[in-house]
Amino acid sequence: MKKTLFAAIAATLVSGAAMADLVFPSLSYRTGPFAAGGIPFADGYADYFTLLNERDGGIGGVPIKVIECETAYNTEKGVECYEATKGEGSLVYQPLSTGITYQIIPKASADGIPVHSMGYGRTSATNGRVFEWVFNYPTNYWNGASIAVKHILDLNDNDISGKKITLLYFNGAYGKEPIPTLEALSEKHGFEFNTLAIDFPGQEQKSQWLQIRRDQPDYILFWGWGVMNQVAVQEAANIRYPMENFIGIWWSGAEIDVLPAGDGANGYKSLQFHNVGSDFPIFDDIEKYVVDTGKAAGAGDQIGTVLYNRGVYAAMLAAEAVRTAQDIHNTADITSAMMRDGMEALTMTPERMAELGLPNFGPTFQVTCENHGGEGLGAIAQWDASATKWALVTDFIAPDDEVIMPLIEADSMAYAEENNLDLRCN
Amino acid sequence: MLYREAGDFKTSYIEDNQTFPIAFDRYRYYAILAISFLILPFLVNDYFVNAILAPFLIYSIAAIGLNILTGYCGQVSLGTGGFMAVGAYSCYKLMTAFPDVSIVIHIIIAGGITAVIGAVFGLPSLRIKGFYLAVATLAAQFFLVWLFNRVSWFYNYSASGQINAPERTVFTIPVTGPNVEPWAMYMICLIFAFVSAVIARNLTRGALGRTWMAIRDMDIAAEIIGVNPLKAKLSAFAISSFFVGISGALFFAVYLGAAEAGDSFGIQKSFIVLFMIIIGGLGSIFGSFAGAALLVVLPVILKLIGADFLGWPTGLVAHIQLVIVGLLIILFLVLEPHGLAQLWRIAKEKLRLWPFPH
Amino acid sequence: MPDQVLFATEVVLNGLMAGVMYSLVALGFVLIFKASGIFNFAQGVMALFAAMTLVGIQNGQVPFSHLFNAIFGTKIHYFGWEVHSVIAILLTVIVMIFMAWAVQRYIFQYLIGQEPIILFMATIGLAYFLEGVADLMWGAEIKTLNVCLNSDTCLPQGINTVIDSVTFGWFGYGFFVDNLDISATIVAIFLVAVLVIFSQYTKQGRAMRAVADDHQAALSVGISLNYIWILVWSVAGFVALVAGIMWGAKSGVQFSLSLIALKALPVLMLGGFTSIPGAIVGGLIIGVGEKLFEFLIGPMIGGATENWFAYMLALLFLVFRPQGLFGEKIIERV
Repeated sequence: MKKTLFAAIAATLVSGAAMADLVFPSLSYRTGPFAAGGIPFADGYADYFTLLNERDGGIGGVPIKVIECETAYNTEKGVECYEATKGEGSLVYQPLSTGITYQIIPKASADGIPVHSMGYGRTSATNGRVFEWVFNYPTNYWNGASIAVKHILDLNDNDISGKKITLLYFNGAYGKEPIPTLEALSEKHGFEFNTLAIDFPGQEQKSQWLQIRRDQPDYILFWGWGVMNQVAVQEAANIRYPMENFIGIWWSGAEIDVLPAGDGANGYKSLQFHNVGSDFPIFDDIEKYVVDTGKAAGAGDQIGTVLYNRGVYAAMLAAEAVRTAQDIHNTADITSAMMRDGMEALTMTPERMAELGLPNFGPTFQVTCENHGGEGLGAIAQWDASATKWALVTDFIAPDDEVIMPLIEADSMAYAEENNLDLRCN
Repeated sequence: MLYREAGDFKTSYIEDNQTFPIAFDRYRYYAILAISFLILPFLVNDYFVNAILAPFLIYSIAAIGLNILTGYCGQVSLGTGGFMAVGAYSCYKLMTAFPDVSIVIHIIIAGGITAVIGAVFGLPSLRIKGFYLAVATLAAQFFLVWLFNRVSWFYNYSASGQINAPERTVFTIPVTGPNVEPWAMYMICLIFAFVSAVIARNLTRGALGRTWMAIRDMDIAAEIIGVNPLKAKLSAFAISSFFVGISGALFFAVYLGAAEAGDSFGIQKSFIVLFMIIIGGLGSIFGSFAGAALLVVLPVILKLIGADFLGWPTGLVAHIQLVIVGLLIILFLVLEPHGLAQLWRIAKEKLRLWPFPH
Repeated sequence: MPDQVLFATEVVLNGLMAGVMYSLVALGFVLIFKASGIFNFAQGVMALFAAMTLVGIQNGQVPFSHLFNAIFGTKIHYFGWEVHSVIAILLTVIVMIFMAWAVQRYIFQYLIGQEPIILFMATIGLAYFLEGVADLMWGAEIKTLNVCLNSDTCLPQGINTVIDSVTFGWFGYGFFVDNLDISATIVAIFLVAVLVIFSQYTKQGRAMRAVADDHQAALSVGISLNYIWILVWSVAGFVALVAGIMWGAKSGVQFSLSLIALKALPVLMLGGFTSIPGAIVGGLIIGVGEKLFEFLIGPMIGGATENWFAYMLALLFLVFRPQGLFGEKIIERV
């Protein structure tokens, strides 16, 4: 006991000096109302880096250090975690909560540390001309809304005029994100668009589902989080809503969201920006180098679940950005500013993903100085209750940039004006 | 030995009413002020201010506000989070609408707006008492958060519904926005906390404070001896909300920099400030600071010990943290139900008599 | 009937059902407040704790396995057996009785005669503690809850087809009523009946009522306060288990289950802290009120009004009856 304590103190004292590590802070949430979603992601994020350490000895020969800090999805603890880890040479932040993202964006920009909000956070951060330090590739909520509508268009021979689409959403910043996009799309494609809000925490949704049962919308899009997900899927099954017309965002599409509803959830769809399932070579390596050696962050039973895969995907993108940065600057030991350059030059190709043991795991995309969001592709996954498995049922679909780009431009310019920012990439 | 008075030689009410009747206490108070105003600003770093000092000072202001209402006037309130949101959103609207006016004035006006809202939601207190009154303040809590979420005017119609604090300066030194120096953030919180404490202390020992305490101890009796319950209760609600509003404005503009009603000012805020004043001590300004300090610092210390030194998984540490905080609350109550302030008072009494207790 | 009236009827029906679900949580509060004057903030967390214990026992989870694994580096998670629901429920009840004993022995014994707000604070400490212990014991993942007598008869969920087809035959529009809500209503009626019989016809029940009426008088006729309070906390623990099962069946067992206390508070205040019928009637009024408001007014002002409207409604009632609908009249003397 004493020994470990001394070792720990020594380690903390030394860590300041030993800047040779590549440091990745992980602002995880393993407690609180959203713990069930936070645990697998944090495990996946940590396990992938452990794998790189164990198998390859780090990235470009430099070992990786993951510093985990518990936020409980609470903004104040997020501040504490950010301040506690930023001095350790952190390369990139995955804030993992809309509130913490918004709160970190100005601070990290001032401190010169990139923020990667993958499929959440501030959508207009896609505009790299305004947001120098913020990235949200491979996709964002507005793209998600557009991809869902495209999928619906596909199912209806590209004609959805007169159809009723209802957005069921978490009554907060996160849930309100897709509304402007969907309003614009409804004008373009002529579908009837309604919204239904659910207040946090969302255990009681009778009113909303009674209304859905009365209105009989043709499709429901769903932006939920936490207990809201399980209850909504259960209620949809209760009123016998056709599940294949019920499409959730990627934060409402994990195993834990559908399992409590049992067979009733069969056919429920969700958006994804990465592949699902455990059928990838990388997971054999994780089993071999991480789980079997007892170095796994969790119990090792989450491998292949949607949120675990998302953690692995996030870690993989971060590692690839490090490699890109190492190539650009010709040094193995990179700083957060070099990391930013790496992220801005990141290109994901099918060949590269196959090389990494993750064939067809995510969309192909290219980050540029102007575009920090990539091409914004996403796919639709469907739940098979008898096999208890998610599976992608479409290819990666491109969003409708014609509608989204003006919205992003308007919102980011408003931010630039409010904060007197100069535009980059000229 | 130092903690001494030679006898009771007070000859005027002013002397009798002093906040620090003992010279040693007074010097210690000056010393603390000197350290916090003159020495600490040069020592603090980013982590210390952001993780401990700023939240501690801001929560202290909120706790002082709630203590006026609950500790001095005896009205239980669970609407603190909602009232902090009023302060934060008023401050945001003022900051963006009048960028040329000083942020200090905005924060004070935000407090004033909150005072008006607080008084309105205090009206039911004339009829409803005890725990039942909590329903009125809970209604305020949920309604206000819903309102700030719903009406996009409050967040200037931004697509995300988040409010962001733009950079504002005091004497050309930035105090909000990303480029704040840690000492500047600390100083603005400290000045507001200090002035709030002085005002609160002087209010509570004056005529107004006495009417509040009369209402707290027994409102019918107070009414009979001529205290106007309408005036007393509503003034307590308004003044309490004023401080809570200021803390909300600081919380958003200086500390977080970005906020969302449900996320930052939910029901949890109301509870945590209530815990602070009960643990610190109801009806004590010192208790407000002590309670805030305990609830801000304790989790950070537990986290440092558990996760950083023992190296346990962070999730496990967070669970153990809950258990320990719960146990400590219970232990405190079993040992001293009247809070840290009472412990302090007892310790002082003992010291005054020491070494001859009889 | 015109459509709007039909829809409103359906909303009212579902409001009543939702109200019963709120009452289940509120009942536990009332029991404890009546007998000991403690406003038990931990009731919601008790429901979470009970439900987690139930699922944990059912699935044969090893309690505190995360803690053991972290300290000793082992990898144990499950015993590898599954326990029948009925046995699991009985075991959970035993755990809740033990908890009641511990709460009385280690907390409230030391706080006899303290002010209500201090007692309230102690239950907040208890809430933190229980939440941490529940997570340490069983882990923070979402668990699926199935209560089954045998492999066929489980707690039903989903639309009640009989009501649907009958009302469809009458009005041309089938009403939606959830089977789970119907079961909850039956369980609630049964629970209240048992509570009434228990408190009217058994020795312990009468002692409980005596304590609720007057602590001193009860003591003077030889009733052990300590024993009665343990009894009351055990009963409240059992009620929490029932509430936990009903709510957990819908959403899976997870942290948010403890937040149902927030839905029970307005019910409690409207009905009066000391009245069991108050908890039931209050639940029904709140359930119907908030659903109707959301249906009629909600669409005009943007929806999601239920959280605050429940409190506004309770406030409205309290302005006219400051002690709640069924609460004991507050008599103030100088």
